Amino acid sequence: MRSLRVRLFAILLLATGLIWLSAMAWIYLGSKHEVEQVLDNRLQEAARMVGSLVGTVGGRNPDGTQPTIPAPTAYERQLSCQIWSLDGRMVARSSGAPEQRLTDAPAGFSEREVDGEAWRVFTVEDSEKGIRVMVGDRLGRRQRLVTDLIMGLLTPALLVVPLLGMLIWASLGRGLSPLRRMARNLADRDADDMSAIDARQAPAEVRPLAEALNGLFLKVEAARRHEREVTAFAAHELRTPLAGLKTQAQVAMAAADPDVAKAALRQILAAVDRTTHLVRQLLDAARLDAAGEISPVTDVDVGVLIAEIVEGMRAPPGIRTVIDPGLRGFTMRADPESLRLAVRNLHENAVQHMRTGTVEWRARPGGRGIVVCDEGPGIPEEELSHVTKRFFRGRHKSATGSGLGLAITEMAAKRSGITLRLRNRTDRPGLQAEILWG
Amino acid sequence: MRILVVEDDPILSDGLRAGLSLSGATIDCVATCADADAALAASRFSAVVLDLMLPDGSGLEVLQSLRGRGDRTPVVLLTARDAVADRIAGLDGGADDYLGKPFDLDELSARIRAVVRRASGRAAAGLEHGGIRLDPGSLSVTVDGVPVTVSRRELMVLAALMERPNVLRSKSELEDRLYGWQDEVESNAVEVHIHNLRAKIGKHAIETVRGLGYRMRAPA
Repeated sequence: MRSLRVRLFAILLLATGLIWLSAMAWIYLGSKHEVEQVLDNRLQEAARMVGSLVGTVGGRNPDGTQPTIPAPTAYERQLSCQIWSLDGRMVARSSGAPEQRLTDAPAGFSEREVDGEAWRVFTVEDSEKGIRVMVGDRLGRRQRLVTDLIMGLLTPALLVVPLLGMLIWASLGRGLSPLRRMARNLADRDADDMSAIDARQAPAEVRPLAEALNGLFLKVEAARRHEREVTAFAAHELRTPLAGLKTQAQVAMAAADPDVAKAALRQILAAVDRTTHLVRQLLDAARLDAAGEISPVTDVDVGVLIAEIVEGMRAPPGIRTVIDPGLRGFTMRADPESLRLAVRNLHENAVQHMRTGTVEWRARPGGRGIVVCDEGPGIPEEELSHVTKRFFRGRHKSATGSGLGLAITEMAAKRSGITLRLRNRTDRPGLQAEILWG
Repeated sequence: MRILVVEDDPILSDGLRAGLSLSGATIDCVATCADADAALAASRFSAVVLDLMLPDGSGLEVLQSLRGRGDRTPVVLLTARDAVADRIAGLDGGADDYLGKPFDLDELSARIRAVVRRASGRAAAGLEHGGIRLDPGSLSVTVDGVPVTVSRRELMVLAALMERPNVLRSKSELEDRLYGWQDEVESNAVEVHIHNLRAKIGKHAIETVRGLGYRMRAPA
């Protein structure tokens, strides 16, 4: 059932109905027992009373007819009375009592069928008077008494149930109104309104929902703030090299000294290279952001991949790259594009932070990962956890870095199910970056 | 005019050094807040060009500590963020002007000249004293309407003297204006420039007060 209201309504109505029915059954059984006891007592009393009223069996009326006992009118309808002599003659009977003997039992209660009707009879034997008094009533009548009682209770109940249903339905509507109010408030909100819902005013049952929503608002707000920051940083990172380009161009045009002009032109070239690199990194980061899912994973030859990347990037003179022969034929399951991004940015990062020295790529001892070591300044320990944040540029930042390289590496690694671990070298200054998988 | 450029981008920083030098200023460049604080505490500058996003903090912090020391050196902020709120924060923080990146080099020079002029309490762009006119924008000097060719350093010495014609400028003060940290200061450079200037603008235009310094001679 989709509607909470319908669901609660059905549950409440069913429960109420069940309780009512069991109450009815209880009342039925209880009153039936009670009624039987009362009626049995009446039979007993009536039999004894009749017994005391009758004289010694004298036989017959003077006219020879059987005497009729004047029965009290109150009993006339329901009770029947017969008086038999001990030798089996009917002495008298009440009007309306059947002719047939009501019971064969000598004394006490008994039940029997007479003329197609079930009777309950109480017999009193009076040996002094030589009579047996039998008082009985029809069981059908008794049953009707109980049924009437139950019907008397059930009829108003049947009338009340629809009324109760309406009342439950209306109350549920009223009880659920805080939910509706919250929904209306949420629907009326502006798209960028991330203020918290007042959870204290919500009923206790709705409060967890309100609190969860507030939590969600906080998260969305944080994500938006992060996005704004990234955009602001991107603007900064793009505008600064553009400002450099423009300034250098103006210097080149205004300088009378050809050496100054030439130097400015060289700087322009460097700035264009840097900006190109930055734009590529921004696009890489945006692509990684957009593609949340991991693309199909295949076996990638890491040795070949690294060799390709190293060859494709002209490192400045003075920087040597060594690829451990152990990496040849070293394969791993990864998303090739992500792995390429991770390796390329790690390599660029290593090269950027060195004037001279060796960048070394090798397999991790024991497999399950690759390591790249550089001979740059390393990263101050307190910055190690921040360098994978976008646009973070620490104290040892390179002149040409954008603050995106390690962030892209981390994003690409995560996407490919790989772990990136950065640490400073212990044997000498430099950074050691590990790509781990499995 | 000696200007401190606080900018962490090496290419832009280099461009500012070259570009502002073309308009006759001596430039010192630093790349971090810490270096900027140290430079501002150690030397006097005519103006500061301050980038907001620096690797070790915000340029606003440099500005705050500068103003906190009671230093009124004019400051032009450079920033890549051009939100109005940022501009307001910068100007309220004590900056004299504000320029968003990328900017025009000539505009930056003009703005620097303007804030320097305002700081020295002058309204007119040009300097004038007893028939000698110096236009800092076009770097030209005329004596009684006749143009005179002077070198960049000579112009800087003359400008320093003409900004406040009655005030004595010591030799070291003038050297400070002429040379950045990287420049080699020749021991008698100031004397040579004064000598050359006298030859160009008039023998008695500049007065030497022995042991104290130089000043413009009051016009007769």
